[in-house]
Amino acid sequence: MSNYRIQGATGQWEVVIGLEVHAQVTSKAKLFSSASTEFGAEPNVQVSLIDAAMPGMLPVPNRECIRQAVRTGMAIEAEINKWSRFDRKNYFYADLPQGYQISQLYHPLVGEGQLLIEADEKAGIPEDKVIRIERIHVEQDAGKLMHDQHPTMSYVDLNRTGVALMEIVSRPDMTSPAEAGAYIRKLRSILRYVGSCDGNMEEGSMRADVNVSVRKVGDTELGTRTETKNVNSVRFVMQAIEHEAQRQVDVLEDGGKIVQETRLFDPNTGHTRSMRSKEDAHDYRYFPDPDLLPLALDDAFLEACRESLPELPDAKRARYTGELGLSEYNARELTAEVETFARFETLLAATAKGIGKPEKDVATQVANWSLSVAPGVIKALGDEADVSHATAERQASILDMQAKGEISGGQAKEIFEIVLKTGREPGEIADTEGLKQVSDTGAIEEAIDTIIANNADKVEEYRGGKDKLFGFFVGQTMKAMQGKANPQVVNQILKDKLG
Amino acid sequence: MAKIASLARIDVDEKDLDHMVPEFNNILAWVEQLGEVDTSSVEPMTAVIPQELRLRDDVVDADPLTGGGKRDAILANAPVAEHGFFGVPKVIE
Amino acid sequence: MTDLTELGVKAIRDGVAVGDFSAVEVAEAFNAAVADAAQLNAFIVATPDHALDAAKKVDADRAAGKELGTMAGVPIGMKDLFATKGVQTTAASHILEGFKPEYESTVSQKLWDAGAGMLGKLNLDQFAMGSSNETSYFGDVANPWRRNDGGNAKLAPGGSSGGSSAAVAGRIAPAATGTDTGGSIRQPAAFTGIAGIKPTYGRCSRWGIVAFASSLDQAGPMARSVEDCAIMLEAMAGFDPKDSTSLELDVPAWSANLNADLSGKRVGIPKEYRMDGTDEDILKSWEDGIAWLKDAGAEVVEISLPHTKYALPAYYIVAPAEASSNLARYDGVRYGLRDLPDGAGLQDMYAATRAEGFGDEVKRRILIGTYVLSAGFYDAYYTQAMKIRTLVQSDFEQAWEKCDFVLAPTTPTAAFALGDKTSDPLAMYLNDVFAVPASLAGLPAMSVPAGLNKDGLPLGLQIVGPAFDEQAVLNAGLAIEQRAGFTAKPEKWW
Ligand SMILES: [Mg+2]
Ligand SMILES: [Zn+2]
Repeated sequence: MSNYRIQGATGQWEVVIGLEVHAQVTSKAKLFSSASTEFGAEPNVQVSLIDAAMPGMLPVPNRECIRQAVRTGMAIEAEINKWSRFDRKNYFYADLPQGYQISQLYHPLVGEGQLLIEADEKAGIPEDKVIRIERIHVEQDAGKLMHDQHPTMSYVDLNRTGVALMEIVSRPDMTSPAEAGAYIRKLRSILRYVGSCDGNMEEGSMRADVNVSVRKVGDTELGTRTETKNVNSVRFVMQAIEHEAQRQVDVLEDGGKIVQETRLFDPNTGHTRSMRSKEDAHDYRYFPDPDLLPLALDDAFLEACRESLPELPDAKRARYTGELGLSEYNARELTAEVETFARFETLLAATAKGIGKPEKDVATQVANWSLSVAPGVIKALGDEADVSHATAERQASILDMQAKGEISGGQAKEIFEIVLKTGREPGEIADTEGLKQVSDTGAIEEAIDTIIANNADKVEEYRGGKDKLFGFFVGQTMKAMQGKANPQVVNQILKDKLG
Repeated sequence: MAKIASLARIDVDEKDLDHMVPEFNNILAWVEQLGEVDTSSVEPMTAVIPQELRLRDDVVDADPLTGGGKRDAILANAPVAEHGFFGVPKVIE
Repeated sequence: MTDLTELGVKAIRDGVAVGDFSAVEVAEAFNAAVADAAQLNAFIVATPDHALDAAKKVDADRAAGKELGTMAGVPIGMKDLFATKGVQTTAASHILEGFKPEYESTVSQKLWDAGAGMLGKLNLDQFAMGSSNETSYFGDVANPWRRNDGGNAKLAPGGSSGGSSAAVAGRIAPAATGTDTGGSIRQPAAFTGIAGIKPTYGRCSRWGIVAFASSLDQAGPMARSVEDCAIMLEAMAGFDPKDSTSLELDVPAWSANLNADLSGKRVGIPKEYRMDGTDEDILKSWEDGIAWLKDAGAEVVEISLPHTKYALPAYYIVAPAEASSNLARYDGVRYGLRDLPDGAGLQDMYAATRAEGFGDEVKRRILIGTYVLSAGFYDAYYTQAMKIRTLVQSDFEQAWEKCDFVLAPTTPTAAFALGDKTSDPLAMYLNDVFAVPASLAGLPAMSVPAGLNKDGLPLGLQIVGPAFDEQAVLNAGLAIEQRAGFTAKPEKWW
């Protein structure tokens, strides 16, 4: 239980939050027509006769949209309904050409599932928490209205009309803006792992309807909720909750009542307001779409969906800490985004192969390189860095040289800098730029012999038990070698000679 | 009745209602005879001819009749079309 | 020279094929008949050029020795519920006046591909809602038949395919397309002394047909003989991937397999169809039909379809419910009528447009449908009606254990006068009491002319068969046709 509370004059209030996330399904064509789903086309170009609801047009579902929704359901450990149906949700609006949205009410494709949000002390999430997901259903997206192109008219663009959405409905299990934020981030991560949604909130690929109610701490009954529609970033979701909860508390403390209504979030003010266009109490008159038949999925289809699932965020994180021995922090950072773990795993494989050791033996080195060393160099270089030069092979070869003691950590950074600027090969850079450590025992022995001879007193003290002096000898040796000696070799020879 | 008409987005005036309401009630009373039938163990029909839903492949513009890229055809019959959009009275959200 | 307008589908096709006359001659003869029949008001739009162009192509193909289609040279009427590219398609509603689709319905395209041409778009009840063709925005259609009482009361041609039935009965078209949601092919066929078949639900693609009630709508042919119906249905039917409810089955060779010998077949006579108040002449024709089928070798068995009584009220929940949703797209935004009163917002525009654009019967059904689906009523009405549908269907399933097809009257009365029933919606609905059960169950059903009543008006007999067995229906229809010897035709008064 989060400790998020709103202090009112009459006592403390807590917030109850449920989220309905609309996620655009990754598919080339729309859910019921073969028009393209690509973002950014000229108005009404990606519209079929079916999307425009011309008389006599009929829907035929896209297999890929169903498959992606099923895979998503599997990724949240949900039951997949082998028998589902499409229903019509009837209402009139200019972005809804059919006068109904084809959706699923009575028999959704995906049933009960769940998702884990991780403890985050700083954010006010004291421990890991399971958020239950009630269902995922598949439905059509609506078109878009533009209000400021004409003084007296709104313009209608149907390019989005009929694009497949998954509506992912949570239980009202969240009790703070932070939990809601963590839920959306986790959901987005899962969707992107699965590949069923690109998670691009700016382009509207993910939007949330935020259901908020408040109640006095200790009350067990839910308060009346409001639904704030189409909030399109994690930050806005958190803001909307904060504002809406406070507003409800204010109303209730003033002796008022919360009206169950649809509200709109204004990103400019951070406030929510009642939505005029959805004013009338809705009666959607859901009924099974008579243009479509029941959707029955066979075991082979489900099996293929299951087999195509990748390793998911929780499992990956566990493997990184368990099998690869990474720290919790590293594991979490590396698994947060698809791009991050993909780069890491490619580099890990290349490095392990180059060095000829199992992945777990080089994982920490590669993780540190991926999370701090490489980003640091890239950031410091700024515009001079061309990251396309930083191929996995080149980075692996740097890590390989470092692991073999051919170069030092500092040299690794220097080489990487040159790689980023020029795209030259690390081995060649190390050779021609003098960026190599000396591991030649002869040269090092020679230098050490000289240092021992010149510092007989210190040698005596060391041998007499002043262990700290070892550092002094290392420093002197490195200095004599102009910093290019392999520290391990130096250590070994010093130990041998000093006894 | 006025509520149903509003839900169906059909303007009706008072004098229409005068004759519509009794007709409507008459028809409803007649269909309500269905209530006589005990259907407690009957499943509602889900498909007229039992068959399963076919799914199509994810192909863009698979058929000119189901695909996009035909804005002129889409807008051809529109009462108001400007700059590639349909025009409707200004909506305040 | 023969009067080409007396010829049916097969006679025209075969005559064109052997060169007895050209397709263009046929098209011209029917185009003239269309122009001459304005008083029947069977057509909303005439398309003589479409018919002529198709005919010219057939003549050219024949001259070039190409293989001709199964409907080659046959000009037909197209019910104005089928979208026809570039030709106004209205569903007989003001709300679609002026709408010219940029697409062709699957069924009409198949007919053109088979070599047919279009004489025009046929009048119908608005959005196919009606049984007398009196709900059309474009005016009533007159039945070519008149009573033999010397009066000249105009009679209803039936509906909703009233333009189709009138045109075929009046020799203005050798055949026409119809659609049947709850009897809209069979009832007008019976009222005008022609044949018409509604195939199994899913045989004909619904793509491009203005939807009334999706789970019931089926296209079918209307012509003057059973064989013509079979030929034309073969051209219309077939799997269409654009329609999710389309049957993925090959089209059987119905016309080639026509066979009026019914030895070994059992005809079921449903006792529940003997309803109080059914016309004496209708009952008499039913008896005739039973006798003819016996004569053709069929065994007669009494059957029971116990939920018959509930089929019609169930239909008047299901069909309006689906219609209320299907017709939501007529909103004045993308096509058709827009009524924008001064200062009106979007929702006002919808309400004004729909009030102006829909006729009274359409509004009535939209309101009923909206009501039965609305919160709190859905289960009591819609779910209950869909359960009744299951029962009606299982009644037929049980019947098929006892018989191969069912014989019943098509309608409870012969054609009535225009204006007779317009003030009483329920009385009008009762016209389809015999037709609706087969619609609810998705079964193939046909009406064939059985004779004339005492007023000299045609009566129809209905045959209903098991799903997919159009052949059984057509064969029984042929047996009746051969024995009824129906040669009467309406006297030309228009
Ligand atoms: Mg929602
Ligand atoms: Zn939704």
